[in-house]
Amino acid sequence: METLKNRDYSSAPINAALKPADKIRLLKEMLRIRRFEQAALRAYQGGKMGGFLHLYIGQESVAVGTCSLMGANDHVITAYRDHGHALAVGMNMNECMAELFGKATGCSKGKGGSMHFFAPDKNYWGGHGIVGGQTPLGLGLAYGLKYKGLTGAAMCFMGDGAVNQGCFYESMNMASLWNLPVIYIIENNGYSMGTSLARSSAFKNCLAERAEGFGIEWDTLNGEDIYEVRAKVQVAVDRAHKQSRPTVLEIATYRYYGHSVADAKHKVYRTEDEIERYKAEHDPINLWKARLLAERVLNEEQYEAMDDAAKQEASDSITFAEESPIPSVESITEDVYFEVDRQTAAGRTGRHFFND
Amino acid sequence: MAEITFREALRHAMAEEIERDENVVLLGEEVAEYDGAYKVTEGLWKRFGDKRVVDTPISEAAFIGMGVGASMLGLRPVMELMFWSFSSVAWDQIVNNAGFVRYMSGGLINCPIVIRGPANGGTNVGATHSHTPENWLANVPGIKVVCPATPYDAKGLLKAAIRDNDPVMFMENTLLYGEKGEVPEEEYVIPLGVADLKKEGTDVSIIAHGRAVLTALKAAELLQAEHDINAEVLDLRSIRPLDEEAILRTVRKTHRVVLVEENKPFCGVDAQIASIIQEKCFDDLDAPVLRLSAIDAPAIYSPELERRQLPRPTDIVEKVLSICR
Ligand SMILES: Cc1ncc(C[n+]2csc(CCOP(=O)(O)OP(=O)(O)O)c2C)c(N)n1
Ligand SMILES: [Mg+2]
Repeated sequence: METLKNRDYSSAPINAALKPADKIRLLKEMLRIRRFEQAALRAYQGGKMGGFLHLYIGQESVAVGTCSLMGANDHVITAYRDHGHALAVGMNMNECMAELFGKATGCSKGKGGSMHFFAPDKNYWGGHGIVGGQTPLGLGLAYGLKYKGLTGAAMCFMGDGAVNQGCFYESMNMASLWNLPVIYIIENNGYSMGTSLARSSAFKNCLAERAEGFGIEWDTLNGEDIYEVRAKVQVAVDRAHKQSRPTVLEIATYRYYGHSVADAKHKVYRTEDEIERYKAEHDPINLWKARLLAERVLNEEQYEAMDDAAKQEASDSITFAEESPIPSVESITEDVYFEVDRQTAAGRTGRHFFND
Repeated sequence: MAEITFREALRHAMAEEIERDENVVLLGEEVAEYDGAYKVTEGLWKRFGDKRVVDTPISEAAFIGMGVGASMLGLRPVMELMFWSFSSVAWDQIVNNAGFVRYMSGGLINCPIVIRGPANGGTNVGATHSHTPENWLANVPGIKVVCPATPYDAKGLLKAAIRDNDPVMFMENTLLYGEKGEVPEEEYVIPLGVADLKKEGTDVSIIAHGRAVLTALKAAELLQAEHDINAEVLDLRSIRPLDEEAILRTVRKTHRVVLVEENKPFCGVDAQIASIIQEKCFDDLDAPVLRLSAIDAPAIYSPELERRQLPRPTDIVEKVLSICR
């Protein structure tokens, strides 16, 4: 993707329309994700949460750039590395942190955990733990939009490892066959757990090119540049809105931490040098900050204030999570069946649960 | 009352619900232009058109998952599996996505989808095409499972399933599609979770679901005619939710029970029912709870032997006699 590197996407219409405040907001959203996750990591290391914690740090420009393009009928769904997208669509740190802590005040009342954040009121459909399993759901969101006659797009995020799941191919076939407005966004961070791209995927030039066989438009993007992300994703959004056609995008990006916090080997399957090089040369926050300083829409003091605010918000969310109650034992059997929760006639008929 | 086939009853249920609710859409392999692999959806595409009756590629994982995603946005997809056997390739979508999305979202999302199609042995299509996964799916909290035995029940239950706001797995039987039964002209809906006493009796209770209900009714006739035993036959109709009251009522009445299913014995639906009976009706029982299931092996092809593998009326008679003498 080196060849694309020098192109300037700031003049793309969707970017030219950005006001200084909008540009600053993009930076703020990226900083919020990073500070949230760093706080979460410390809490994880302090034994405050269970299970997995897949950090998005290094990839923030992808979620923030794409989600900044969402209109009223545009929807997002992703895999288990889902904190960044959750914050980018407008979920707040408190509900997210409390979910990590398994608290009743969590976005899923402590029932989903790190991998399963949801906010349907913000067109955010999760948070899915089975690699590739969300790709048919993204297709379904697009199908639902089209069925209802709405002009919208379903942006379905996935990893470079997920592209090798069968249901993704079934989904691409149906998306093209039925002209569905789904955008598959491959966040290619180079690794699926400890397996590098070269060891997991057969391809000629890139992964997105696989869409060619289905007659689907595709493109590759340099994810470190938020202008580029926005410019090229907007092309796909327009295609979805105006032609009801799918797109496959492959965004080059990088994660700084291990696959999950439990990934002890992440400096074995890749070098320390590689990680340091990405942090030094390709960090999306640093690059965007530098860009905004150069454009004179931002100064250092503003940046510091914004960063301090993000840190404070993250630290407040830890306090909120810590002080929140754990869910009640009774709540274990709530939110299983809609009809039972609502105590409708259907929910009151027959035995639904088989506890004694 | 008009007599129609099981197949027609299902078709009428879907047609009525398509007319009633603009969000109801039928999808599946060969359901539209071909009129359905088993002709269940015959004529519906001609009548309702491309938007409401949709042929899918042979991609169960994608189209079931697509239905799940669309249902999260408020559609009510009624998805046909050509055979429930093929659900295995869509298992992740059914269990993890349809079954758990409500839970994992803390109740923010619900998934009003129906997945329907035949789930039965007995047609000599071998082990890969003869699964009866009602027990597998009833094991998943979040999922509902229905197994109708008659045209009347099939229609009323399918309408309830389509209106239900949770994912409902609706299991039919190719051997029942041509069976006729009385179905009223006027609209009716049968709630899920209500069993039906198909025959009253006093001496023993035979509890069954799906086609095993018809086998049980034949056995009851034999028992009356040849052994002067008056058997009661309870049709569960719905597996989850389950009509526990009806089960306990019949056991308390007859004090003897034989559980019959075409499923395999290990952890079958009847294992759960036997457990409930022994726990709640122990003192009412005059004999051990007996079970009769398919012979415990993959579905055999050989037509003569497959008839033996599934419970026959005479097998039920034998079980009943072993506790009624
Ligand atoms: C079906 C399935 N197989 C395996 C796993 C275990 N697993 C979780 S994430 C992962 C790697 C996926 O990598 P990628 O798609 O590149 O996403 P990334 O983690 O880089 O964001 C694996 C193997 C899983 N969750 N689901
Ligand atoms: Mg990856």
